[in-house]
Amino acid sequence: MRNKKNDWKKYIIVFFITIALFAVAAGLSNFFTNKKLNDIRSIQNKLSTDILSSETQFLLLSDLSCKQDSGEVNLSGELNDLAQKINYAEQNLEDNSQVIELKKEYSLLEIRDYLLIKKINEKCGEKFTPILYFYTTANNCTECVKQGYVLTNLREKYPVLRVYSFDYSLNLSALKALLTIYKIKDTELPAVVINDKTYTGFQSLEKIEEKALQLNTTASNTTSSNTSGDSKHK
Amino acid sequence: MIIFYVISFLIIYIQVFYLVTFFENRKDILIRSDGNKLILKNYPTVTIIVPCYNEEKDICLTIDSLIKLNYPRSKLKIFVVDDGSKDGTWKVLQKYNSNPLVKLFKKENGGKHTALNFGIEKNDSEFIGCLDSDSSVHPEALKRIITFFNNNKETMAVASSILVREPKNIIQYAQQAEFDMNHYMKKMLGFLKGINVTPGPFSIFRREVFDKIGLYRKAHNTEDQEIALRMHTHGLAIDHCPDAYVYAGSPNSVPKLYRQRVRWTLGFIRNSLDYKGLFFRPKFGTVGMFTLPSGFIPILGTIFLLLYYIDSLLNFISNKVLQLNATGFYSMFNGNIHFSLFYINTNVFLFISLLLYAFIIVSLILGRKMVYGRKVFSVDILLFIIIYFFLSPIWLLKSVWDAIRSRETNWVKERDYSLNTPV
Repeated sequence: MRNKKNDWKKYIIVFFITIALFAVAAGLSNFFTNKKLNDIRSIQNKLSTDILSSETQFLLLSDLSCKQDSGEVNLSGELNDLAQKINYAEQNLEDNSQVIELKKEYSLLEIRDYLLIKKINEKCGEKFTPILYFYTTANNCTECVKQGYVLTNLREKYPVLRVYSFDYSLNLSALKALLTIYKIKDTELPAVVINDKTYTGFQSLEKIEEKALQLNTTASNTTSSNTSGDSKHK
Repeated sequence: MIIFYVISFLIIYIQVFYLVTFFENRKDILIRSDGNKLILKNYPTVTIIVPCYNEEKDICLTIDSLIKLNYPRSKLKIFVVDDGSKDGTWKVLQKYNSNPLVKLFKKENGGKHTALNFGIEKNDSEFIGCLDSDSSVHPEALKRIITFFNNNKETMAVASSILVREPKNIIQYAQQAEFDMNHYMKKMLGFLKGINVTPGPFSIFRREVFDKIGLYRKAHNTEDQEIALRMHTHGLAIDHCPDAYVYAGSPNSVPKLYRQRVRWTLGFIRNSLDYKGLFFRPKFGTVGMFTLPSGFIPILGTIFLLLYYIDSLLNFISNKVLQLNATGFYSMFNGNIHFSLFYINTNVFLFISLLLYAFIIVSLILGRKMVYGRKVFSVDILLFIIIYFFLSPIWLLKSVWDAIRSRETNWVKERDYSLNTPV
C-alpha cells in the first residue's frame, strides 16, 4: 500500500491532464463554430451573387414581361434560412464578433434585395409587399420578440410579404441611412415600415395583415386562395 | 458561465484523479474466484454484530448467510442485538437460540449505534464487524477481508463491495449501476487511504480501533460515516476489499430511494461539517485533500445544473407565452420546422458533458471489472443516468435545504414495514 503522504506530483499531473481535456473540448467546439460560421458565410456569398445576378438581369430584361422577372428574384427562402442561422449563431455561438460581422453583411444583402423588390414593384405594379422591421437586442425587448413572432407567422402565411429585419444596435452606415429615412428611434422599438409608412411599438398580427395586404391589390388577388385557407385556422 | 467552467473543471479533475490512480495501481487489484478456496495461515477471532429493529421479514436471511460464512466455527461469533423491536423480530430470532455461533440480545430502543456499541462491549474478539439486518454476505467474504488485515498491519478497517440484493425493478437496477461505479471509486480511495465511510453492510474493524477512538456515536443517522472520519483524525487506515460481496436490501421505489439519499447526503454534509478540521489539511492525507472536498463538488454541480435547466425551461415557456400572445394558439403549431445539423449545439458545454458521461461509463465498466473480474456493459448504466439525472438534483437540494434548516432524517422510513412505525 502507498504511504499516506500526499502525492503532490500526482495532484499537479492531474491538473494538467484536466487542462488538456478542457483544451480538447474547447478546440472541438471552436472547430464546429468555425464550420457553422463558414456555412453562413457560404450561404451569404451565394445570396450576394444571386442578388447581383437578379439586379443585372432586371436591368437587362427590363423591357420583358414582369412575370418572368419575379420568378428569378424570389430569394426570400434563402434569406429566411440565413436569418434563422444568424439568429441561432448569435444566441449560441461563442465567437460573437464574427457573428456580428456576418449579421452586418446579411443586413446589406437585405437592403439590396429590398431596393430590387422596390424597383420590380415600380416597374410591374405591386407584386410584393416589403416590410422593414427594426428591433433591438441591446435591451430586453419583449415587444420585439413578440413582433418577430408576428412577422414570421405572416411571412409563412403570405409569400408576397417580404420581411426585412434589422438590428437597430448594429453599427452599419447603410442601416443608419435607413434609420434616418424612416425616422426610427431606439426608444420606440419595435418599429415596422409598411409602404414607406413607419409604425412604432408592437403591431398586432391583424393590424399588419390589414395594412400590408390591403395596399397590395395584386398581391391579394394572387394569394386569395392562400389567405382564405389560412383564415380558417384563426 | 464562469461558475459552470469552475464546477465542470473540478468534476473532470476528480474523475481524472481516479483514473490516474487506477493506472498506477491496477496490478494490485485482487479478485479471487469462488473455485479457489482461500486458506489463511492465521484465523483471528471475529464477531459480527447485527443490530436490528423491526426486521422480522429479512433477519433470517441475514443470519443464515453469516452462519454459512466459510470461517472456522471456533473463531466466529454472531451477535444479534434486537434494538427494542415492536414487531415479531424477537420471536423470529428464537430459532437461533440453540445455535452455538449465534448469541441473541434484546435491549431498549436507542438507535443503531447503541445496538452496535452494546455488541462491541459484550465481546473480546480481535476483529469486530457489523452487518445491517437487511443484508446478506457471500460465504468467502470474511476470509477475503481478513487477508487484507494479514497483509498489512496498518489497515485498521476494511469495507466490502455492496451489491443490490435481488434487484427487481428499474430503480434497483439503476442503484446496482451506481454501486458498481462506487466500487471502483472506493477501491481507488482505498489505495490512497482516503475512504470516508465504513458502510453498515459488512465492514470489519480491528478491535484496537474502538480501544483507540471509542465506540460508535449518534451521527445524523450515518454513524458509518462518522466513525470512518474519526478514524482518519487518529491516522487509522481503511481499505476496500472488492471481492468481499455483500448483498444489501435497497429501496424499491422512488420515495424510498429519495429518503435514503437525503439521509446519506445530509449525513455526509453534517459529518463533513463536524469534521471540517480535516479539510485541506495535508496531514490527514487523501481524505482531507481529496475525498471530502470532492464530495461537495457533485452536490454543487448538480444544483447548478438544475438551476441552469430551470432557467432554460422558464425561458422556453416565456417565449412560448409571448408567441401565443402574439400569434394565437393555432399558429404556434403551423411554423415550418427545418431540421439541419447546423442547429445541433456544439458549444463547450456539450463536449464537457460528453466527457463526463464517458467518465461515468468508464467508472462503471472498471467497477464491474473490479468486482466481477470481467468488463460488463449493460443497460443499467442508462437507467442510472436517466433516473439519477432527474432525481438526484431533488434529493441533493432537499439535503442542502435540510442542512441549512438543521433538520434530521428518519432512517427507519426507508424500509417497507416501518412507514407507519414511530422511530
